[in-house]
Amino acid sequence: MQRYSLFSLARNALSNHQNWQQAWRSPPLRDTYDVIVIGAGGHGLATAYYLAKNHGITNVAVLEKGWLGGGNVARNTVTIRSNYLRDESIPFFVKSVSLFEGLTKELNYNLMYSRRSMVDVVQTWGRLRELKRRMLNMDIHGSTYEQLSVEELRRRVPALTGGGPESRLPILGGMVHPDAAVCRHDAVAWGYARGADARGVELHQKTEVKALLRNADGSIAGVETNRGTVRAGKVAVAVSGHTTSLTETVGLRLPLKSFNLAAFVSEPVKPLIDVIVNCPDIGVYLSQSDKGELVIGGAPDPGQSFRRDIKQNVFENAVSAMLELFPAFRRLKLMRQWGGALEIAHDGSPIVSRTDIPGLFVSAGWWGGFKAIPAGGYTLAHLVANNQPHKLIEAFSLDRFRHLDFVLESGTTTAR
Amino acid sequence: MLHIPCPFCGPRDESEFAHGGPARQRRPDDLSPLEDAAWVDHLTVPPNPVGPVHEKWWHVRGCGQWVTIERNTLTHDILEETGK
Repeated sequence: MQRYSLFSLARNALSNHQNWQQAWRSPPLRDTYDVIVIGAGGHGLATAYYLAKNHGITNVAVLEKGWLGGGNVARNTVTIRSNYLRDESIPFFVKSVSLFEGLTKELNYNLMYSRRSMVDVVQTWGRLRELKRRMLNMDIHGSTYEQLSVEELRRRVPALTGGGPESRLPILGGMVHPDAAVCRHDAVAWGYARGADARGVELHQKTEVKALLRNADGSIAGVETNRGTVRAGKVAVAVSGHTTSLTETVGLRLPLKSFNLAAFVSEPVKPLIDVIVNCPDIGVYLSQSDKGELVIGGAPDPGQSFRRDIKQNVFENAVSAMLELFPAFRRLKLMRQWGGALEIAHDGSPIVSRTDIPGLFVSAGWWGGFKAIPAGGYTLAHLVANNQPHKLIEAFSLDRFRHLDFVLESGTTTAR
Repeated sequence: MLHIPCPFCGPRDESEFAHGGPARQRRPDDLSPLEDAAWVDHLTVPPNPVGPVHEKWWHVRGCGQWVTIERNTLTHDILEETGK
């Protein structure tokens, strides 16, 4: 792997940038591998990377229906945080945030990681109570959450001029999660892809898995793709939003529902907001990108959906909620919008688990799975390699549903 | 925005409704012969097809009735109204 550095940049500048090595290869598809990872998104690529790096398993193929990093890893709002509620969840996301912090150096790929804290605008007493409960539990598990007065909240977010005493929902206070960060989403996918490829993993784009295949004894045999049958003793499914469509081809039903979550960006403006602002009571959150665009997200479309666009009334609800608190944003022009299909489990916690089918592993139910990419890949690779869950994901197995032993999580979704 | 056919008010804007989730299989009358796995399945596993799904909507800002529709999760077309 060609290392990126100031020196390599200078040397390639001298040759008009004609001699850069390709970031990853495009090898021919073979018919057998040790492990198949379905989905070259954040979680799939991270899994392949950690399989090779931590467990020495390099005979791995990552199969991707579209193009690398073109799914939900390219369709999120890049928020990285660990303000969860449950004893089971917080250590996992603390691990994920800490892996993110060292990732630029580890992958030799600039993620433009920017730790900038997340500020919650609290407008109901019930919300305040819930967030303070999270704060106390986060204290135990090494994450950070602090309460803010209204004055301190408005000092940190000067653009927050709405929500005064006369408004429908006056602001009661705020919470701040200093560990929260944003980073460049494409770089996460590309960095992991480059690192995995350098260790011998094969990445196959435009290779759509049509169905999973089983052996006569019931174990996983491989996958049927648009480029023929590929066999492997272990298959990991990391296809956010479409997990059930795939697992149902071998009769495996999972407690997941898919929804459409969408976001949009404004025109670029001068630096205005240097934190991630989350307004859970009215259902909107936003941050400002390095280019100056405000990246704004709202609540999900309430009904199940596999669409990748945004519904008009969902969009209007998010905009009107935002204008309640940030009336000056009325003058902003909005430039682009996008959505993605993502899924949530019955109890709101992720599923990283073996299944009833020997050799088949699933990583699903992440809702916004961007923040979980490093730890999700790290722990799924551990599970695939050892057939035993890493201790961070023991609670996230499918067995919890079998015993109705749910991990009810309120920290999964930001808005609402 | 969806236009949801309310059996009492006719087609109305989605903003008048609250989503009630996918319509479940009917709860079995006699639970005693049911295996644990089948009961857990009934409780936790909803239908999640790329295509038509039966779902409930509550006309909360209208007549207050519950309505079940069949809606395509990919196109959002409402295929039929299957009754209240």
